[in-house]
Amino acid sequence: MIFRRPVFWLILIFAALMAFIPLHGNNVSMREDLILVAVAVILASNLNLMIGYTGYVNFGHIVFYGLGGYVGLYLATVKGWNLILSALLAGLAVSFCALLFGLGILRLRGAYFALATIGILVAVQSFVSNFDPWGRSTGLYVPFDAYQPLGGARRALWITYFLVIAVMALSMILSLAIKISKFGLGLFAIREDEDAAVVLGVNATVYKAIIYSVSAFLPAVAGALMFYKNGMIDPSIAFEFMLSLEGIVMLMLGGKGTVVGAALGGGLYEKLRSYLLTSPKLSNFHLVIAGGMLLLVVLFAPGGLIGWLYRLVPRSEKVIE
Amino acid sequence: MSALLEVNGVTKRFGGLVAVSDVTFTLAEGDILGLIGPNGAGKTTLFNMVNGVYKLNAGKISFAGQDITDRPPNEVVHFGIARTHQIVKPLYGMTVLENVTVGACFGRDYLKLKPARKVALEVLERVGLADRADTSARSLTIAGKKRLEVARALAARPKLLLLDEVLAGLNPTEVELMIGIVRNIRDSGISVLMIEHLMQAIMSLSDRIVVLNLGSKLAEGRPEEVVKNPDVVEAYLGFPDIVDKLRGVQ
Amino acid sequence: MSGILASMIDGVLIGAVYGLAAMGLSLIWGVMDVINLTHGAVIALGMFGMYILFAAFPINAYFLLLPVIAAGLLLGLIIYWTSVHWVINRPQLASLLSTFAVNMIIIGIGTAIWSTSPYNVNFTLRGITIGAYTFTGNHMAAASAAVVIALALEVFLYRTRPGKAIRAVADNREAAELMGISSTMVLALAFAIGIALAAASGALVSTLFPFTILSGAGYQMKSFVVTVLAGLGKPFGALVAGVLLGLLEGAVTPFIAVSWIPMIEFGLFVVVLVAFPRGIFGRATA
Repeated sequence: MIFRRPVFWLILIFAALMAFIPLHGNNVSMREDLILVAVAVILASNLNLMIGYTGYVNFGHIVFYGLGGYVGLYLATVKGWNLILSALLAGLAVSFCALLFGLGILRLRGAYFALATIGILVAVQSFVSNFDPWGRSTGLYVPFDAYQPLGGARRALWITYFLVIAVMALSMILSLAIKISKFGLGLFAIREDEDAAVVLGVNATVYKAIIYSVSAFLPAVAGALMFYKNGMIDPSIAFEFMLSLEGIVMLMLGGKGTVVGAALGGGLYEKLRSYLLTSPKLSNFHLVIAGGMLLLVVLFAPGGLIGWLYRLVPRSEKVIE
Repeated sequence: MSALLEVNGVTKRFGGLVAVSDVTFTLAEGDILGLIGPNGAGKTTLFNMVNGVYKLNAGKISFAGQDITDRPPNEVVHFGIARTHQIVKPLYGMTVLENVTVGACFGRDYLKLKPARKVALEVLERVGLADRADTSARSLTIAGKKRLEVARALAARPKLLLLDEVLAGLNPTEVELMIGIVRNIRDSGISVLMIEHLMQAIMSLSDRIVVLNLGSKLAEGRPEEVVKNPDVVEAYLGFPDIVDKLRGVQ
Repeated sequence: MSGILASMIDGVLIGAVYGLAAMGLSLIWGVMDVINLTHGAVIALGMFGMYILFAAFPINAYFLLLPVIAAGLLLGLIIYWTSVHWVINRPQLASLLSTFAVNMIIIGIGTAIWSTSPYNVNFTLRGITIGAYTFTGNHMAAASAAVVIALALEVFLYRTRPGKAIRAVADNREAAELMGISSTMVLALAFAIGIALAAASGALVSTLFPFTILSGAGYQMKSFVVTVLAGLGKPFGALVAGVLLGLLEGAVTPFIAVSWIPMIEFGLFVVVLVAFPRGIFGRATA
């Protein structure tokens, strides 16, 4: 079963290391670094379900993260609910929204679908900017005392950190579980040739709706946790198109279609990005470098780093999934 | 022998073009029914109507007593009909075994992964691709891809197999092998409806033949009868020496 | 009432420019089945191109359209050879991502040079006043330029050899090659023209509204809406569909806050794709 797969244990070890190393030294700056890495891995892993497994490019993926942030923050502060409950509910609510969006756009193929996902992002951002209960363009913020139930702001930061690490581990385990399942096989068939898959008996309509909805869940939960931790949310930071693009770059860089690739790409790219944003000369070129990397990967190494590894060492494909 | 597939008065239009016009025939259980006709006669369109890729403009199709008219392709598989395509559609990014496992997983019995893999391996043995199981579908020759297409359809454990020009593009040796596979399929209890242009092959394989021309059914009957039918000769078989040759085969 | 009518007339005029932009997208899409995601960035470059030229040569901005088109052709060739040529035979996802990557690069460089501040091309043509309406000169000139370019494209595609070669390749690349047409040259040319059209539309828009490096994205969305409305491969269809979109915008803007417009356009995009896969005028989409 899944426990027999080496990658499963690698994921757990990786998550454990990420959780305990900063805790051990009470290293707050490392924790803040790593939480961004974790979010990158979460976004890339879930994006992989659509792009890598099913072959449908989701350009507007960040909409789930942002929407989850809004729902979660709203429930946790305005309604005063427990954080974990708020985050889970945010996940469910956004998954349900994804199902509704999917009804409209999943019948579109290839590039049309990709464009429609941008439209969804734009439409949701537009809607939220005009939505009163969520503060319109000003957004919402977390009042300081909202952190009291968690034991104060300092403790809250650690708690949310561990929760985000847990979501990251779950994202990767979910990727693995789907990959080795019959459902995953159906998705791969859809990716390779959707018409042939349907003729072979795969109910593509239902499968696509399910995976699109599932790919929204954990990013929404993560969004709820992150925006709560950051203390505020508004339409421009919640639905930053750039983050969607970066998710794609990370996934392509690491290796789409693989579990480890999303993590590798997420981690590497996040490191690169924080270096770029703090370097005085290069910060303007963040977008250029990301675009350049994506171009190089697409032209010369479409399988990303892990794909390149598979070509070098074919047997690694069995172990490093 | 009971009728397994009943096609009743089916018509398909594409805008102004009538591709299939009021076609009726039945396929008896255990039979190999050959579907022949000149290019553009509507044969593949008919297949697409049977397995749900096209919706009918008129008519009914029933299978094993149940109405399958206008059901989507993935449902038709669950009734027990599997098909191959004229231009093969391998799932290129997957191995041969994975390709066939898809067929077994989503076929009539909707098997789970492990039992599906077992069925897939058995089927690969039957078509002679077992040694290529872990190779990528990309690496197969055209003959191999055709056999993969058949294997995938067989893995769905159908009661009826629709073969669309499964012999096209094969050299004589490969044709012989494939004919053997088709006979083997029928002997295992699966009925076959096949489109073919290779006259000798289809005449020797089929129990009955349906001839289409310009969307309508031109003739139906046993191969020896069809071959003698003057309308068929005029529309399709054409040259007297081919007809003689075929008569010689019977 | 007169406000709406004026708005609609403005909309029709701007719509011609939308149509021009969409023609560029539609041409590339129709000829080589590539969805050019550099489209928005190139429109923005067209805006800045006009700005730079006008600052250097303060003549009638609309004459500066020609160098913009020339630069657009060159840019198109560069983009084609760096990112499109290599992925043209791969599944559409590859060209989608590669053009997207180039888009990121262009916007990144543009932001580095011009930041996200608004810019303006300060050129105004005198308008015409008929009764209560004033037709702004710039709007009329932009619409006229768009129509002229569209006509030129139509003539090019249907009356010249390279144009016919492009249509042949669009129809059936293999068959065209068998006829002795170098499909690579043709594809590069078609792509370059598509980019030039986008750049030209950007240049025209710059004379109408203030713009930033990010303004291209909105026009890209409009181009997609127009392209799917019109279907692929008919330049004049794109022009008409563009005018229709402009008309719709004009009719709607007096009543709805501007921030709702992207949502409406997106909704239109999805509805048209789902309901009319072939567009209202054109042939089957890819």
